[in-house]
Amino acid sequence: MKKFGKIYFALILLFLYVPIFVLIVFSFNETKSRSVLSGFTLEWYVKLFHNKIIISSLMKTILIATLASIVSTVLGTFAAIGINSMKKVPKAFVMNVTNMPIINPEIVTGVSLMLLFVFFTARMNFEFGFVTLLIAHITFDVPYVILNIMPKFKQMDPNLFEAAQDLGCSPMQAFRKVILPEIMPGVISGFLMAFTYSLDDFVISYFTSGPTTQTLPITIYSMTRRKISPEINALSTIIFIVVFVILIVKNFVENKAAKNNSYKGEKI
Amino acid sequence: MDNIVSLKNIVVEFEDGDQILKNISLDIKDKEFVTFLGPSGCGKTTTLRIIAGFLEPTSGDVLFEGQRINDVPPHKRNVNTVFQRYALFPHLNVYENIAFGLRVKKLPEKEILHRVGEMLEMVNLKGFEKRTVNRLSGGQQQRVAIARALVNHPKVLLLDEPLGALDLKLRKEMQVELRKIQQALELTFVYVTHDQEEALTMSDTVVVMNNGVIQQIGSPIDIYNEPVNAFVADFIGESNIVNGCMPRDCLVEFTGRQFECVDKGFDPDETVDVVIRPEDVKIIPAESAKLTGIVESVVFKGVHYEMVVDGVDHKWIIHSTKAEPVGAMIGMTFDPYDIHIMKKVQEG
Amino acid sequence: MKKLKVFSAPYLVWMIVFILVPLLMVAYFAFTTDSGKFTIKNISNVGQYANIFVRSIWLALVATVVCLLLAYPVAYLLSRMEKHKQGTMLLIVMLPMWMNFLLRTYAWMTLLGNNGVINHVLGIFGLGPYKLINTSGAVVLGMVYNYLPFMILPLYSVMEKIDKSVIEAASDLGCNSASIMWRVIVPLSLPGITSGITMVFVPAISTFIISRMLGGGSNLLIGDLIEMQFLGNAYNPQLGAAISLVLMVIILVIMTVMNQFSPDDQVLI
Repeated sequence: MKKFGKIYFALILLFLYVPIFVLIVFSFNETKSRSVLSGFTLEWYVKLFHNKIIISSLMKTILIATLASIVSTVLGTFAAIGINSMKKVPKAFVMNVTNMPIINPEIVTGVSLMLLFVFFTARMNFEFGFVTLLIAHITFDVPYVILNIMPKFKQMDPNLFEAAQDLGCSPMQAFRKVILPEIMPGVISGFLMAFTYSLDDFVISYFTSGPTTQTLPITIYSMTRRKISPEINALSTIIFIVVFVILIVKNFVENKAAKNNSYKGEKI
Repeated sequence: MDNIVSLKNIVVEFEDGDQILKNISLDIKDKEFVTFLGPSGCGKTTTLRIIAGFLEPTSGDVLFEGQRINDVPPHKRNVNTVFQRYALFPHLNVYENIAFGLRVKKLPEKEILHRVGEMLEMVNLKGFEKRTVNRLSGGQQQRVAIARALVNHPKVLLLDEPLGALDLKLRKEMQVELRKIQQALELTFVYVTHDQEEALTMSDTVVVMNNGVIQQIGSPIDIYNEPVNAFVADFIGESNIVNGCMPRDCLVEFTGRQFECVDKGFDPDETVDVVIRPEDVKIIPAESAKLTGIVESVVFKGVHYEMVVDGVDHKWIIHSTKAEPVGAMIGMTFDPYDIHIMKKVQEG
Repeated sequence: MKKLKVFSAPYLVWMIVFILVPLLMVAYFAFTTDSGKFTIKNISNVGQYANIFVRSIWLALVATVVCLLLAYPVAYLLSRMEKHKQGTMLLIVMLPMWMNFLLRTYAWMTLLGNNGVINHVLGIFGLGPYKLINTSGAVVLGMVYNYLPFMILPLYSVMEKIDKSVIEAASDLGCNSASIMWRVIVPLSLPGITSGITMVFVPAISTFIISRMLGGGSNLLIGDLIEMQFLGNAYNPQLGAAISLVLMVIILVIMTVMNQFSPDDQVLI
């Protein structure tokens, strides 16, 4: 039974990783063939770094993700604080609407924003592009920030705010010195989540970017639609390695932190 | 009475070579209330888990009614367990929790209804059938856990610190109730606790354990009155334990003075542990005493006063109904049969 | 803390303008002509595409069931591993999800293509070539590959919380490993199952990338249909809005049904 489990687990991992490894292997392949390995080359990597469209869309993606995640973190943090002090009914209403972009299919969110932007562009001197893309990204990012922060309020001692005031803090000071540090882990994880979702998003960007502004996923999409280009393989390899390194480092840091904590725990 | 469960030379070893149980042998008689007593980490829960079948011993045999059951999985053993934190099924209500074992055995619905009804009555939970278990109080959850185990008519019920999470008053009530159930159903109970008072009030037999070794097996009275070593004496009740030696039979020397005692059979001048219970220390006027000390503190404990008295080589704990003033010089003496002489525990 | 309510004001404005109003506009477009008059023609026109709806629901359903069957043992095995191994193994299982979705789908284009790796390898043994890409099977495969981690994660997170002593209790009360699974683990992982199903079904039913990249032109899904009304040659936002609305209603109905199976206050998103 145990052996069977291990074999099964290995097969699933094979299923998950084989496609990625095939891409990686073919990124070093001399010809454009998708099935025959003929020789080793780094040509596709060189071409990739000289491809102006890819480089500029990468820059744009990073810019959008950075701006959108910062704005949505600020907006979302204040929103979470406000929502937390609302009465039950308005709170439930706001949370339900906030959940919409998460529950709804991405295509519906993309289409609905597109309709709104079409409405504006038809009536104002305003075009699809960087601004619409940024607005769209902020819109689907904020709910993730809020949902990461809200549970922190639940875990928080409800008397903390009063205790701080009792000890001489003004409400603003109490907020800064007590509430903010308590919800900070949620703020940070919300920010990181927003940033990664923004980097990765294709569907909503596809409907809200217009013809001139391209993010990296949109560029990848148009590359897959055109003739075969091993540059995609090279790009996949780089992205995989970056993701791999980041997650390994993150895992390592977390394990180390956990160990340190348990050590301290023993000492006390 | 026959032995229902026997453990023969049980050793449990972790991968890193740490021994949790070091050669445990023990017979449990039918219809007996046996308690494993010891501090945390002494191996008492491990022993229970071996009987239940959750853990296989590294070596040694587990016998059930004379049959070796080492390889029998838990679900095929005729024992049931009441878990430390109850381990009730959160997705089932009270009725379905109790009925669980019967449903697994695919008993007819009518019999399930009857037997669960019986159990609900026994543990005073009639009317709670439809409650989710998460909405019950600790004491109620405890009763469900007991009913869930007993409904299967096990020959042996294993209880792993079942009262640990309850408050003192409820604990006392449940202790009495558990004993009643055990006697009414004529079952074998194997009970694990670190609470010596609980062990002494409920059990027929107490098994005192420490560091994976059985220290003493005996009736509560034996264990209290005749502890075999200083560990048992100290764990069973607060005790004064001092180093001494035996110049000859029936004479013991400690804190530089010689006292008459009733113990024999030691080598001449063998070093021993001398154990004297706090309530057995008699206070006499200092001038007529062999042993004197100065009262350091007095605390009222409800029934008696607890005093700490600074003798020369030892701080004596004394329980007495009369308090002496702090700072007073008092004399102490002991009746020969209140002085318990114990062989030193060999290290390792 | 009452005064803190005002902090949410900027977000509330944002939420109304960019979440609520756009969704209302979808509803408005679905029920109006391009000159703004009320009509139900858009909605009734959706009926013409019933076959696409049926295909989308069917393929998404198959993909969801396959995901559930594949993911359940994975999550269970993960949850029973030693604690210090669990984190690392979970990371390894989830890592492919962090690759861009399009690249992962593109990988399967490489594998499944008529001149692709699989056909090439089969050719060495004198088999094929088979038509693998541009089939509905390829679409389901793409969905399963992309969304499998969405199923594993919620299943794992509920199973990991199942108290080990509850499993021991079941075995103590006479359950063998099969009946432990059936009587304890499955019922206790129900919230994970329902949230896993929604997390796979919703993106699967609304995708247009997978069908386009792996399904060729012949396997249109609801997502393709919507995309064509907004960005394709068929430009017709009224119809597109109507289709989106119907899609939302379908998902809402399915989620409501799913939540019936989930014990109250255990619903996960």
